[in-house]
Amino acid sequence: MPHQVCKLPRRVNEAVAILLTTIFVNNFVTIQFLGIRPLLGASQKIDSATGMMFATTFVLTLASAASFTVESYILRPLDLQYLRIIVLIIIIASLVQFFELIIRTTHPRLHAMLVTFVPLITTNCAVLGVALINIRETNSFINSVVFGFGAAIGYSLVLIIFTAIQGQQRNSAIPRVFRGAAISMITAGLLSLAFMGFTGIS
Amino acid sequence: MKRSQTNRIMYEFNLALVPGCLVMIYIFGFGVLINVTTVVATVVLCEYLVFKVRALPKRNILDGSAVATGLLLGLTLPPLLPTWMVILGSIFSILIVKHAYGGLGNNLFNPAMAGFAVLVVSFPMAMSKWSAPFVDMNLAKTLEIKIGSPKIDGTTSATPLDEFKFREKVTTEEYWDPNRTKNWRVWALINLVYLLSGAYLLYKGLCKWHAPIAMLSTLTLLSTIFYDGGSSASLGSPLFHLFSGATMLGAFFILSDPVTSPNTSVGQIIFGIGIAILTFSIRTIGAYPEGIAFAVLLMNGATPLINYLVLHK
Repeated sequence: MPHQVCKLPRRVNEAVAILLTTIFVNNFVTIQFLGIRPLLGASQKIDSATGMMFATTFVLTLASAASFTVESYILRPLDLQYLRIIVLIIIIASLVQFFELIIRTTHPRLHAMLVTFVPLITTNCAVLGVALINIRETNSFINSVVFGFGAAIGYSLVLIIFTAIQGQQRNSAIPRVFRGAAISMITAGLLSLAFMGFTGIS
Repeated sequence: MKRSQTNRIMYEFNLALVPGCLVMIYIFGFGVLINVTTVVATVVLCEYLVFKVRALPKRNILDGSAVATGLLLGLTLPPLLPTWMVILGSIFSILIVKHAYGGLGNNLFNPAMAGFAVLVVSFPMAMSKWSAPFVDMNLAKTLEIKIGSPKIDGTTSATPLDEFKFREKVTTEEYWDPNRTKNWRVWALINLVYLLSGAYLLYKGLCKWHAPIAMLSTLTLLSTIFYDGGSSASLGSPLFHLFSGATMLGAFFILSDPVTSPNTSVGQIIFGIGIAILTFSIRTIGAYPEGIAFAVLLMNGATPLINYLVLHK
């Protein structure tokens, strides 16, 4: 950043930069085009979008932490990077299941909110995407957790904006040929165009 | 609202754009005139085709909203931009951004700003070349550049926002020096004209004050906070941010669009504040010199959410 707003330790600055970059500049949905399916099939209800947001934040943050740990303590020392995709898929899926079990017993109400959405998001390409991009881009455990969290916040932001848009479009006069997926794709494209304005902010 | 009343409002709105339009033609020459004419013609033609295909009553074509989109897009494009790009941007803005959503009153994004943004993203080089003010160039020469070979060396010069983006170790005092930043007076004049037209709109009650005033005051506030007295790393003074680029045109003629902005006063204030913050961030730390179009599109997208949040509080 050319302009240092306030003096903070370098590592905090770096983490904040990663957070803002993943939310706006490299937004997972509008710039990297990952995890679009839940967006187009959004239920048009803000309430369920909120549940989805929590589930996404939970899974993506967990996936980033797991991928960094597995990559730097198991795969790289043993020279097994060619197994990366398989190992990450299995480990992330089982970790999510494991934490879901813990939450079910310790926080039943939180679990009730997440239970429908966690399986949906776990099988999404955004999860593997966040794990793989994370390995390429970050260099410490804290940074990778921040990266996953930022990706999830960026995802949630677009998801809730999109849900509100679809809710409003139920009563609008969209021509018949454009209804449904077609107009959602056009909206997603135009949102992407808008997010391109953040290019170059770092 | 009755149709005739909408027509009257739209035409007074368009009329308020005319002084700015004339000043820009006076400063930048025939290029602006050609742009505006091309865009308005393309937009009205596309509108006619859509109405024909969808078998809608054709009397709505000249309701003034298409002409307003055309004027706004035409005034934001560089005067010497090749004509085919101008036409492409107009077609995109009217067919995809407006009519895919069902036409007037249903569009989610501001058509003019979407057309501008798609051109900036697709042709960044061509879109960054503004013509120099007061270049002696007749109609034939202008047409030759815009339709034939684009040999525009010596006829373009950087806008104040461009200079600001690429300045290196220049303090604000040096930056204001007319020998260095040649065009800031011209751009300040253009913005002043749009400010006066905007004041006319407010006076006649043709647009609500919430979004424009919220946007301008937030922009002033932000640039005051981050202005460090004019060192080479400063993010620009309030005067600079208010009177360069499309600040005034955006504030009064684009933010005030009732279709693509929130439908409550509180919502419109949030909308204006959001646009100011985004514009300021893109101008100061982003890659593009001007951020109004992107900021408007982002907040257009967030408008349904703002409506929902304000309503369900």
